[in-house]
Amino acid sequence: MLVSVYRYNPETDREPYMQNVDVSLPEGKDLMVLDVLNLIKEKDQSLSYRRSCREGVCGSDGMNMNGKNGLACITPVSEVVKNGKLVVRPLPGLPVVRDLVVDMAIFYKQYQRVKPYLQNSSPASGRERLQSPEERAKLDGLYECILCACCSTSCPSFWWNPEKFVGPAGLLQAYRFLADSRDEATDERLSELDDPFSVFRCRGIMNCVSVCPKGLNPTKAIGHIRDMLLSRAT
Amino acid sequence: MTALRKLSFDAVVIGGGGAGMRASLQMAQSGFKTACLTKVFPTRSHTVSAQGGITCAIASADPNDDWRWHMYDTVKGSDYIGDQDAIEYMCSVGPEAVFELEHMGLPFSRFENGRIYQRPFGGQSKDFGHGGQAARTCAAADRTGHALLHTLFQNNVKHDTTFLNEWFAVDLVRNQDGVVVGVIAIEIETGEVVFVESKATVLATGGAGRIYASTTNAHINTGDGIGMALRAGYPMQDMEMWQFHPTGIYGAGTLVTEGCRGEGGYLINKDGERFMERYAPNAKDLAGRDVVARSMMTEILEGRGCGEQGDHVFLKLDHLGKDILHSRLPGITELSKTFAHVDPVSAPIPVVPTCHYMMGGLPTNIHGQAIMQVDGEDQVIPGLYACGEAACVSVHGANRLGGNSLLDLVVFGRAAGLFIEEQLQQGIEYRAASEDDVDRAMGRLNALDTNENGEDTATLKRELQNCMQNYFGVFRDGEFMKKGRDELTGLGERIANLSITDKSKAFNTARMEALELQNLFEVAESTAISADERTESRGAHSRRDFPVRDDATWLCHSLYDPTTKSLSKRGVNFTPKTVETFEPKERTY
Repeated sequence: MLVSVYRYNPETDREPYMQNVDVSLPEGKDLMVLDVLNLIKEKDQSLSYRRSCREGVCGSDGMNMNGKNGLACITPVSEVVKNGKLVVRPLPGLPVVRDLVVDMAIFYKQYQRVKPYLQNSSPASGRERLQSPEERAKLDGLYECILCACCSTSCPSFWWNPEKFVGPAGLLQAYRFLADSRDEATDERLSELDDPFSVFRCRGIMNCVSVCPKGLNPTKAIGHIRDMLLSRAT
Repeated sequence: MTALRKLSFDAVVIGGGGAGMRASLQMAQSGFKTACLTKVFPTRSHTVSAQGGITCAIASADPNDDWRWHMYDTVKGSDYIGDQDAIEYMCSVGPEAVFELEHMGLPFSRFENGRIYQRPFGGQSKDFGHGGQAARTCAAADRTGHALLHTLFQNNVKHDTTFLNEWFAVDLVRNQDGVVVGVIAIEIETGEVVFVESKATVLATGGAGRIYASTTNAHINTGDGIGMALRAGYPMQDMEMWQFHPTGIYGAGTLVTEGCRGEGGYLINKDGERFMERYAPNAKDLAGRDVVARSMMTEILEGRGCGEQGDHVFLKLDHLGKDILHSRLPGITELSKTFAHVDPVSAPIPVVPTCHYMMGGLPTNIHGQAIMQVDGEDQVIPGLYACGEAACVSVHGANRLGGNSLLDLVVFGRAAGLFIEEQLQQGIEYRAASEDDVDRAMGRLNALDTNENGEDTATLKRELQNCMQNYFGVFRDGEFMKKGRDELTGLGERIANLSITDKSKAFNTARMEALELQNLFEVAESTAISADERTESRGAHSRRDFPVRDDATWLCHSLYDPTTKSLSKRGVNFTPKTVETFEPKERTY
């Protein structure tokens, strides 16, 4: 199989280029894209990419495969290969550090901006705070985010305004805490998001939904935040 | 000496998994200048892969639950070489530590009454083994590790912990008084080498499952802390004790939680027989992990395995129904579809025992202080601490119970943090390191960078993993292990002679992988020697040539000394403070 992989080493390359590598795949086995990268790296150790859990829960190896963002470790080659060719690029819209490694600083900054931690100043009992299964169910589809950045880096609104628009990943987390029955900072959280950019730059394009490797729906969460902001304003 | 940039902290925690971040959180929230130095962004740490839950007697599923019952189970599970003072501490402090996590926001699943959901796990009992199966594992669906790790990261953000993200620790810096004064680390993005100086250095570097070819562990689990400590001359305890998880997905190695069996799933052989009924008539599929893994291997070796090669068994879940699978085990359903191409709603998952957890590690006391022995007496290593999988407190002894790893890392990450805090409040100072001390710690990195035409990392890594898989797996045998040790001796020389063709600085993962392989080798070698020299079967260590537990000789820890590559013995603690000693007895389920 022909693999075309994005290469850039800031110390030796004046500009990035696509490198074509012929990889012989073992027969009768559908490898994941990460396995293919590992095969390439065994021959050419200079190829750099992030990886850790290799089972789709750590979020290290978000990248762009034949035009679509996803996690290399749970993307079977058969699912993305087109005409016998696999094209692997770094996540779009973020500065490239080297090869498939992007600088995620702005992504993390937007995550931290929403104060992604429970705020509750009531004294805690000697036991857990109670939460009904129904209240807890509201966190499903929100807390599972793995911060892989596949969503935010597929979002045109985030490409345009990465400093001002929180982006789908950050907003999913914002709603995860707004939706938590144990959190007491609803008002402050909404106030911090109440401007034309932070939330409202979302145009409902829904790239985030189509790429999320965990099947989460940031657009829906953003819709809920919009509703909360609008009903608060009236 | 090259002039290195120096950073100074009250405490530096190496590792951003559950243990490391619980320790750093403790110190950061008390206002100490704390750094968490981690080779991956914290939420990429392997704690994220923990599924089933955190075992703790919070008395939710059963209002009468008692931490002493949990302690009994853990002592028995350890095959009696878990330290009873440490197990007592973990089980009794556990509820407080778990409630703290809930207060921090961890999204536990819930019972109808609003309390934390608990599920049955292997090796759990009520009333000291007399009251039947307990349900003691607190869970957030089957993503408890993810929920826990993210919650800890979020709270470290809240309390302004300094994160040195994507920094790789190379070696410890020791001064002439034998005090650990910090660590040499590479900032991966730039390749800059920095001396990170601290009053307390905490190894929270996790496990090293990548010494085996087939493992549930992440690529990053390369035992970096173990490697660093061994190179500094410090001992390792119980390194022969490796847990093989009964249910790794056949072919892929990814983990399927014991919670599947806790929720009612069970294992079957090629005849569809629920074979655990023969091996563990009472606990059946929820016997200790070592017992279940051996039973599975026996089925396979005796020709009752499944598939064309007869080399695995099946985990049957379809009878639980779609609703339970989707609400309680959603992650498993996903993993099974991805890696086994099987939907557990309608078909069983092919599974095989797979390397999962290192019970051994750097010996510590319950405050996380690292221990070495001088003339047979315990002595604290000044400046060095450890917690989590890298440490051997020891609460797991020869076999860890499911759900006890998350409890271990939270309780002892917290304990180390509390203790260091106290030390810092009493006013410990930075201890000087000379140029020579720093140069010594730079030796390995310099050797790798200047070596030309040495050996190739990828090739040797595969050879090392195959060697460990072949000779030091679920069943062990003296003659076989001798062969394995011989192979390792050869590999050791070659791994010391690694070279890299890519010498660039920015995000050079080839350099890191070479350094990681050297750590893996240190772990493998200590494992091999400890396994060969413990001439009995206990817990996860099962020898065909010594099939019986030998309490007269081996009711003790093994202590591996890297300076002589030899094994000595260290006593097990049998004196808990508030309960009677649990005396060793025959271990059956």
